[in-house]
This record gives sequence, C-alpha cells and structure tokens, in this order.
Amino acid sequence: MAIKIALAGNPNCGKTTMFNELTGSSQYVGNWPGVTVEKKEGKLKGNKDVIIMDLPGIYSLSPYTLEEVITRNYLLDEKPDAIINIVDASNIERNLYLTTQIVEIGIPTIVALNMMDVVEKNGDKINTAQLSKELGCMVVETSAVKGTGLRDLIGKALEIAKSGEKTVARHKFDDEVEAAVGTIGELVQARIADGSELKWYSVKFFERDEKVREKLKLDDGLAAEIEGVIKNCEEKLDDDSESIITNERYNYISKVIQKSYKKSGRGMTTSDRIDRVVTNRWLALPIFFGILWIIYYISITSVGDMTIGWVESFFGWIQGGVETGLTSLGASEWALDLIVNGIVGSISAIFIYVPQLMILFLFLSLLEDSGYMARVAFIMDRIFRKFGLSGKSFIPMLIGTGCSIPGIMASRTIENEKDRKMTIMLTPFIPCGAKLPVFAMFIAMMFPGESWVGPSIYMISICMVIVSGIILKRTKRFAGEPAPFVMELPNYKLPRFKGVAIHMWEKAKSFVKKAGTVIFVACTALWIMQNFSFTLSYVGADRIDESMLATIGHAVRWVFMPLGFGDSWAPVVASLTGLVAKEVVVATFASVGSAVPISFTQVSAFAFMMFTLFAAPCFAAIGSMKKEFGSWKSTLFAVSYQTGFAYICAFLVNTIGSFIFRGTSAVKPKVLDISLMESSSENAVVNGDIVLIVFGALIVVALIIGISGKFRSSKKYAELSR
Amino acid sequence: MKTLKTANTGESVTVIKLEGEGATKRRIMDMGITKGSTVVVRKVAPLGDPIEITVRGYELSLRKADAEKIIVE
Repeated sequence: MAIKIALAGNPNCGKTTMFNELTGSSQYVGNWPGVTVEKKEGKLKGNKDVIIMDLPGIYSLSPYTLEEVITRNYLLDEKPDAIINIVDASNIERNLYLTTQIVEIGIPTIVALNMMDVVEKNGDKINTAQLSKELGCMVVETSAVKGTGLRDLIGKALEIAKSGEKTVARHKFDDEVEAAVGTIGELVQARIADGSELKWYSVKFFERDEKVREKLKLDDGLAAEIEGVIKNCEEKLDDDSESIITNERYNYISKVIQKSYKKSGRGMTTSDRIDRVVTNRWLALPIFFGILWIIYYISITSVGDMTIGWVESFFGWIQGGVETGLTSLGASEWALDLIVNGIVGSISAIFIYVPQLMILFLFLSLLEDSGYMARVAFIMDRIFRKFGLSGKSFIPMLIGTGCSIPGIMASRTIENEKDRKMTIMLTPFIPCGAKLPVFAMFIAMMFPGESWVGPSIYMISICMVIVSGIILKRTKRFAGEPAPFVMELPNYKLPRFKGVAIHMWEKAKSFVKKAGTVIFVACTALWIMQNFSFTLSYVGADRIDESMLATIGHAVRWVFMPLGFGDSWAPVVASLTGLVAKEVVVATFASVGSAVPISFTQVSAFAFMMFTLFAAPCFAAIGSMKKEFGSWKSTLFAVSYQTGFAYICAFLVNTIGSFIFRGTSAVKPKVLDISLMESSSENAVVNGDIVLIVFGALIVVALIIGISGKFRSSKKYAELSR
Repeated sequence: MKTLKTANTGESVTVIKLEGEGATKRRIMDMGITKGSTVVVRKVAPLGDPIEITVRGYELSLRKADAEKIIVE
C-alpha cells in the first residue's frame, strides 16, 4: 500500500518549493472536482510508494472559504497517513494558528519549521525542542529553498506515517472554554466513530460550524443541549463562540512563542525598504504600469509575436512536407486536405500559443514568487471591486488584449472563486490580437477614413466588461457578500529559477493536455463540416457553398436577421469558422466572397463587429476556460452568456443604428471587395498604440477616483468633527 | 469611539473589540487581529483604499470598510 503524506500550510510558507523539492518532476496537476482550485499530487523522489499531496495554501480551517473546506474534507475523509504542516518560521505567530487546528484532527502530524535560513539571517533563535513539547508533535527545521533539513523531515514523516501514532493536541484553552468543549465532547461522543477526532468535532460544534452540523445531523434535543452549553459560555466571556476560540488559540500561541522564540529586535528589512518605494502613494501606479508595459511588450508584442511566427512557419513546413509526401504516394484530394489542413492544422492550433504562454507564465510566476502580485491587488482593488472583480483581474484582462488564452490562465492568481470565475468569463470580451484583422478589414472597407471606429471598439469592450460585471453580480451564480479583502502582503523574495521553470513547464504541459483535446476535436469536426456536404461528398474550399456549414448557415441565418447580417449565409458561416481562430473570419469571407458577393451596410458591419467582439471565443480559449473552470456546466454558462450578450449588443446596434441613420448612406448596402480583403485586414487601423491610449485613460480614471475618494472622505471627517 | 479606519498612518494601536459577524469577522480574526493584539497602520493604498497594517509581525491589507469594524485604542 502506498503511503500518503499531505502538505498543509499557509500561503507563502514555501509549500510549493517544498513540494517541488520532494517530488521533482513526477507531478500530477489537476482540479479538485467541480471547482477551480488546483489539485497537485506527486511521488516522492526515489520512493514511488510515497504519494505527496499538496493541499491548497490556507490560513485556517474555517468553513467559509472553498480552499479551507477542501482541505478539511480531504483531511477528514481521505485520512492521509501523515500531515507535514509547513510553518514559515519567519512569520511563526500567524502560521502556528493553523497548526493548533491541524493537530486537533487526530492524524499523525509533523511540523516543518521552514525558512530557517531567513530566521538565522535576522539573528533570531527558535528553541525547537521546547516548541515540539508544547505542540505535541515533532518539529524539524528546514529550508526548502536551500534544500536543508528535508531528508530529516521526510524520514521522520515516514516514521510517524508507518507507526500510525496519532497526534494529540496539547494546547489548553481557558478553563471556562475547556469545560464547555469537554461537555460538548461527552454529548457527541457516541456519534463520532474515530475517537481521535473527538477534539476536532467538539471544538467545531462549539463554534457552531455549519458544515460539521450538516455532516453529523444531531437530533433536536441534543442540538438544543449543546446550544445551551455554548450560550452559557458566551455569556460568561461576553463574546461569540467562534471569536472565543480564535482568541484562545492566539493567546496560547503568544505564550508558546514567549517560551521558545528569541527575537533579535530587527530594524528595517530589505523587504520593507522595497515596499516603501513600490507601493508609495505617488510612485506605485507609474511603477505598476511600467512593469505591465514591459511584460506586455515582451510577451505579446515582440518576442511573443515572433514565437507565434516561428510555430506557424514550423507547422507550415510540416504541412508542406506531408503534402509532398502524400501526393507522391498518390493520395486523393480530400484525404490530403484532411491530413494536411484538418489534422495537422488542428494540432498547430493547439501549439501555436504554447511558446507565448510560457513566456507569459515566466513573468507571472516572477510577479507571484517575488511577492509583487499581492501589491497589484493592493493597488488596483479600489477600482475593480466596484464591479465585482478583484484587483488582480487587471492582469488577465490586459494580457487578454494580446490573447485570451494566457489571460484566462492568468486568472489562477485570484484567490476568490467568484472573482476568478467572473474574470475568466469576461477576459474574452477584451479584443484579442486575432480579432484585430476582422475589425481592420471592416474598418478599411466600410469605414474608410473614420478614425473613431478602432478606438471605440476598445472603449465599448471596457464598458461592457464593467456592465457585465454589474449584471453578473446580480445573478445567482455570482450573488452574495463580496469576498472579504483581508490579504497578506508577503515579504519580497528573490524568485528562484528552478521554481519558475517548473511552473512554466507545468502550465504549458497542462494546457496542451487539458485544453488540447478540446481544441483538437472541435477544430477537426469543424474542418469536416466545412469541407463535406451532407451527402458526405468532398466539396473543398472552392465549393464551400455546398458544404454542411453553408447548409447550416442557410438554415439558421434567420436568427441573425434582426442583427442586420442574416440576409446571406456568409457572415453566419464566418462566425462559425471564427471558432477555430478569429482571424479565420477574414479568410472565410474571402473564400465565400469569391463564390457569392457579400454585402454589408455600415450599421450591419458595426453590428457584426460587435457580435465578433463579444460572442463565444475561439475553441482554444473555450478549451482553456473549461480547463480553468474544471466543469462543462460553467463553461457552457460562460459561452452562452457571451454569445447571448453579443447577440443583444449587435441587435441594439442594428436596430438603433438603422433608426437613427435611416435614409443616409450608413444603411446603404455595399459589396465587400474580395481583392482588397486580405490586404486590408493587415491594415494597422487598430494597433498596439491603442493599448497605450487605453492605459493612459485608465491611469486618469484611477487618479480621478483616488482624488475624489480622498476629497469625499475628508468631507465626511469634516462633518464628524463638527 | 476610535476604529482602525480613523487611526493615523504610523500609529500603533491595541484592538479592544471586533464588530460584525460571520465570514468576514472570522477571516479578520484568523489573520491575527484579535482582542488585545497590537496593530501598526503602515500606509494607505495610492487610490485611498485599502490600508496596510502590521500585525503579529507581518504585513496585512484590508479595506477601510472592514477596518471601520475594528475598535481600537
């Protein structure tokens, strides 16, 4: 039987570094069932029989956050053979708070006093033996970054896992509380199968923990009796039971620390000095936008764009090679097309974004590991929380202007589940690089010389993200209290190359594995529909009007009539092929247009742009949405919302536009000029400069909000002092 | 009645009571802001909210709306 060891600890305690050190490259990364929380498992280096489970980073075992509930359920239901509780020794007081809760569960536990190198550098001293005696479990000094103490730690962890000797909590609460918890323990004892869990359940009942109450449904009589005990204690101590326990834990920790921790009385650390500059009232925003600009420039504009070109030409080269090979073998036209464009084309649709993703994740993990990401939330929170997003939503959305896929994946850094889901849903609303050729084509053909159209698309998209945030907050899925924004600002650290590299590799691997299947299947299916008729004869690009896709387009084009572009099946088919990649919309117009003329009015062209902007993103983005949501239901909800929203926007544009501009040239149909189509789509009507303009606008908005907020609050204080 | 929200930047205060209930209160207390703990207000974010404090030897940020519920002296 394999031995299971769980790693538990606070965020920023070095848990991930420890996990990487212990497991090396044998990691499996997935999601906890049905939620967007990451689940990581790996085998111990050099001992395949030991499974290491990396639990989410948490501060407490309260019933209120998803991560905490997942951890609780895992520990109680799956019963790992041992828990390694990683404690950041340089931040020992708050870290031990979780320890006092873990030792109550009755699983063999060992404490890893991590980051001992930092403690030693600060000149502080910890009496490990004393600490071990107080906590009731073994304590080992480690430094995951330096790799010290890990052998000792894992040796002892395996020892306690094999012996199965359960850790018994040694801490004592105030006499009054201890008596109440003891009484509750006696009352519920019969209901708890495993005696070693009694302490955990008694304390949870005392806290009126909803999840535990649901789990062990007590009959009304017993529940009332327990309530009596709690009420009695609450009256005596004049506080609610949950707060009493929290207070007691911290009081106990203070006592333990006094006995076992010697502080040198440090002055200002390097981290403090960095923070004084980086979150300075005047410098914070310019530094933040500067960093973002560098990331954006390298990962999207320059190097990122180059890598896309490389992958494209690499697959072009493969396609060419395969084509020559198959032709010489005498393959039929459709078989050739299937393999070259259908299969190799679909595979290239997966890999085309991988190098860019890796560059981006290099930067994201640098931001995360250095501790700057928390400051981003600190700086941007004020703006984003107004429409139900987190301060950290800014980064996914900005990256989304290049490509939605890394944007969606960047949402991982948002702790709160609702904020994260909302960000994943709304990131595709930001016009990505692949949508630009579509806009550029329409602007060049339908709006020549009208320079307001390009920027207006960005402005509309930002407004609609805000509108959607407000709308979605009112739906059942996102309703409820805003998440408490009580966030640790961890010390700045120099990121380690190894950790960053593993992170990059993991992201790329999981994207190819998880999103890849979705992308491949969808692209291939669409290829078949585009190239075959319903009688299953091959039609190819020249006779696209006979394909299944065109037939479907014909059948459903009435749906798009109210949007102004349902008169012909071409825009419908172009929207469908746009699911492969948005730039394909232009190619489809070109190939359809050579068979039948396609006409638009200015109003319907704008409506079509709105539809393309907001409707379901490409399969690759849908695949990464599925990967991040971890559920098809949420993915379908998101895609339906996006498409429905797009439909309404396009409808409004067409209806209102047709009314306002009736009788003018704006509603006069004009045939798209096929010969100019491809070249005009490369027109730089909307380009990178727009992003800078939008940046500028955001800074101004931010400053206005900031200054007006300050003005308002000073007025409020003035009233108070009167 | 003085709250953490009205405390000045750089000021060191002692928590005497926490108002509110449920998830937010528990979260604030889980992070170490409990009765009797010492809190130093470090700075205000560039846009005026949230604030940064030091509690139990580490840095924490919280919104002014939540800081208002922490009674200090």
